[in-house]
Order: sequence, then C-alpha cells, then structure tokens
Amino acid sequence: MTKKIEAIIREEKLNDVKEALRKLGIVGLNVSEVRGHGRQGGITLTGRTGTYQVDLLPKTQINIVLSDHNLEKTIDVIRRSASTGQEGDGIIFIYPVDDVVRIRTGERGREALHYEGDIDSRS
Amino acid sequence: MDPINAGDTAWLLIASALVLVMTPALGFFYGGMVRRKNILSTLNLSFIMIALISVQWVLYGYSLSFGTDIGGLIGGLNFAGLSGVGAVPSVYAPTVPHLAFAAFQMMFAIITPALITGAFVERVRFKSFLVFSLLWATLVYDPVCHWVWGSDGILGRIGALDFAGGTVVHITAGFSALAFALVIGPRKGFGAASFEPSSIPYSVLGAGLLWMGWFGFNGGSALAADGLAVHAVVTTNTAAAAAGLVWMALSWLDNKPSVLGIVTGAVVGLVAITPGAGFVTPLASLIIGGVAAAISYYAIKVIKGRNIVDESLDVFACHGLGGLWGALATGLFATTSVNPAGADGLFYGNPAQFLIQLGAAAAGVVFSFVVTYVVAKVLGWTMGLRVAPHEEEVGLDISEHGERAYA
Repeated sequence: MTKKIEAIIREEKLNDVKEALRKLGIVGLNVSEVRGHGRQGGITLTGRTGTYQVDLLPKTQINIVLSDHNLEKTIDVIRRSASTGQEGDGIIFIYPVDDVVRIRTGERGREALHYEGDIDSRS
Repeated sequence: MDPINAGDTAWLLIASALVLVMTPALGFFYGGMVRRKNILSTLNLSFIMIALISVQWVLYGYSLSFGTDIGGLIGGLNFAGLSGVGAVPSVYAPTVPHLAFAAFQMMFAIITPALITGAFVERVRFKSFLVFSLLWATLVYDPVCHWVWGSDGILGRIGALDFAGGTVVHITAGFSALAFALVIGPRKGFGAASFEPSSIPYSVLGAGLLWMGWFGFNGGSALAADGLAVHAVVTTNTAAAAAGLVWMALSWLDNKPSVLGIVTGAVVGLVAITPGAGFVTPLASLIIGGVAAAISYYAIKVIKGRNIVDESLDVFACHGLGGLWGALATGLFATTSVNPAGADGLFYGNPAQFLIQLGAAAAGVVFSFVVTYVVAKVLGWTMGLRVAPHEEEVGLDISEHGERAYA
C-alpha cells in the first residue's frame, strides 16, 4: 500500500524538516506555499499605528508519497523536526494513494516510487 | 544687465524635476499600502495626474493661479496657454525666466490632487476620478493657490505665511480627502476584514523618494539658489527626521517599531515643515516635525480604531492635520532672523501672526472641504463615484484597466 503525507508546517521550519527527511532517506518530495489557520487562529501584525489581525497566515505544505511500512517513522521525523511546542506548529494529513505513474517511463505503483537510496527501495 | 541668474535658474529646474518625481513616488508610497489587486490602479491615480494637470496648467491653470488678480480671489486669463510667459522674469521670481517659475509651480499643482487619491483607493471609478481631478484643480487648487501665492491674492495680502504649500497643498488635499471619503463611503468589508498592505517595501521606496523630492519642494520654494534655499532644505530634513523618530517611538510603545509607521512619520514631518521651512529655525523644525508625528499618529488611531470613516490611506490625518499644524506652527515659530521677508510669530512677540495663520488655514479648510464635498456629491449623482461591488471584489487593476500587476 502507498500513502501520501501532507504535512503543513511553519515556513521557518522547512529547512529543518527537509534535512531530517533527507537523513531518513526520503528522496522525493515536493513543497508548496499555502495560507491558512488552525487553532492558532491568526497572527497580529504591526500597522502604521497599533496592530491588526491577519487570519490566514503563510504556511508550508510538504507532500511525500511512500510505502505504508515507512509511514510511522516518517511522521515521527516530521513531528520532531517541525515542532516548537507552540500553537501553530501545523498538522499532518495522511491519504491512501490509488496509483502512481512516472511520466518518463510509464512505471506504475511501487515501481514508480523506486528511487536509488530512497527509504522505500532499501527494504 | 541680464536680470537672469544662472544659478537660480539651474536650481529651479532641478527642483522642478525633484518635485515631479514626488508624484510617482507618492504612487509607490500609496501603492504599497493597498491590496495587490489594486496596486496598478493606485500607482496610476498618481501617475496620471502628471499628464492631466500638466495639460490643465498650460491651458489655463497657471493663469487662474498666477494671472492678473481679480478681487484677490482668482487670477485672470492673461497667461492662458502660457502666453507671455517666457524667458523674461516675472514679479514672482525676479532672477529666473517666468517660464521656469510656471514649470516649478506646475509640479505642485500636479502632486496636490494626487495626494487626495489615498482617500478613495480600491473603489473609485477611474472615469469619475479624472473628471473630479480636473474640476478639483480648477475649483479648489487654482483659487487657493492664487489666494496665497498669486500677486495680490487675498491671503497673501493679509500676510499669511506659506513657504511651500502647507495651506495650498496639504490642507486642501487633506480636508478634500476627508470630504471625498465621506461621500464615496467605505471599501467593501471595511471594519470587518483587515486590509493587509501588499508591499511595504514599495511604501518605503516611495517615502524615501518623497523625502528627497521634498528638498526641491521646499528648497526650490526659495526661488533662488541662496542661503534661504539651503536653510529650507535643512529644516525640511530635520523635521522629517524628528517625525520619523517620534512615530517609531509611539509605534514601539504600542507594539513594535513599525517600518510603515517610521516612513509615514517622516512624510508627516515633511508635510508639517512645508509652510514654515523658510521661516523657522532648525530647532523649531525639530519641534514642528516631532509634534506633527504625534498628532497624526493619534488621529489615525482614533479614526481607524473606531472605523469612523474609511479615509483609506490616512490623507486627512497625515496631510490635513499635518498641514494644519504646520501652518499654525509657522505662526508660532516664524522669525525674521531666518527670513527678513517673512514675519515674527507668537514666540517672537507677534501674536497677530498666529491669528493670521489661523484665519488663512481656516479659509483653506472650509473652502476645500465644502467644494470637494459638493463636487463629489454631484459626480456621485451624475456619473457614479464607485465601481460596481463585483468589480471592487475583483480589484481595480482588472476591472478598470484590464491589467494585472504580477503575472
């Protein structure tokens, strides 16, 4: 089985998380900039005078697709490297993936996720 | 002997270029503070004034402002089309070609209506704005300019001091901004959502260029490359510096030292020193700038904090009140030791000057507010001042210009 991790983290934590994932052996990932809020609600910014509230804050979303059996350790690594202990650390969503197609070769499923040195190829 | 002084003329030409750049600089100052869907629209509201008012000024604006006096209220049409305005100096600036004076003054006529645009950004219909600006230049700017600076103008005649346009430029723009904002009404979502500035760096850039341009604005108003011009440049710089620091401190007391606040403070200091730049000492300019920042800061807090009126970019608080304070402060701090052609203010034993300043400022306040209110109302009934609600949601860049700032 293949799963997709969608981790929404603090922008400033991206480098830490990327580095931790690289050490774990995650070769393929992509990142997008998103805006949103959770329990943290928003942030207060300084205006010309006083402050104002912004309810959608910039966050970074990391997308990773990997095999089931690597899921838990990857989640652990993301949690540890993305955490500050403060509200606003983010959230991780996990989805089942029906299929994967590699555009260049047409490989499907697990084959398409086979990268040299990747955590999924080791086991 | 040729009465034309090459140094004076060169300085006035350079000062004209400096003041010209202030209008696109103002566009950036304002553009950075609106949402990204309205950046081009906001930049253009300033930029188009260069084109529109340049034409108006050449055709008849200069003449209404500086033509032969009619009852102290308005100039005649003897300089229409700039006829007779050439290389020979005028009564206004005896050592430079008359045309150089007219060109320098044109830049003031251009930036003044551009200042008002901060009141109605993000919702004004462009077509109506063009008509408004033309009417405003003709019905408000040209008369008030004549009252203060025109030969035999009524406010000049009673001895009102306005070195570079505290009343002519900033009071008229600031109080007109308030009147227009009351007529056009708030932006959709005002008070509920916070409108985040799209590019504070643009505002910093704009403010920096405004500060530089102001050396031409105030220094050029000496109309000569002399000690008074130097003096005006120094008081101008000092007031801006003091105001930037005070604004920073107030912002820090409330939360953190806001960058947008610091540059706004500097602009407010520049506004406030404008009427007195060539009449007050550098130490007085320190006080004028510092007090101006406090006045505008707390005015914005009250107006914005209570959502009283969506005078969107605080033109009234910054230019209206900054200009008003500057005009009154000139009546307090002016001294003939700085400028023998000026007068002594209240602190130099001449309370009458303060009353003159008060009267002249009040005339500017009432006239510009009332005329702008009426013109805006009439345009609202006839052409409509605002874009449709869905156009406002999409943003004026797309709905009014069919362009977007960033691809």
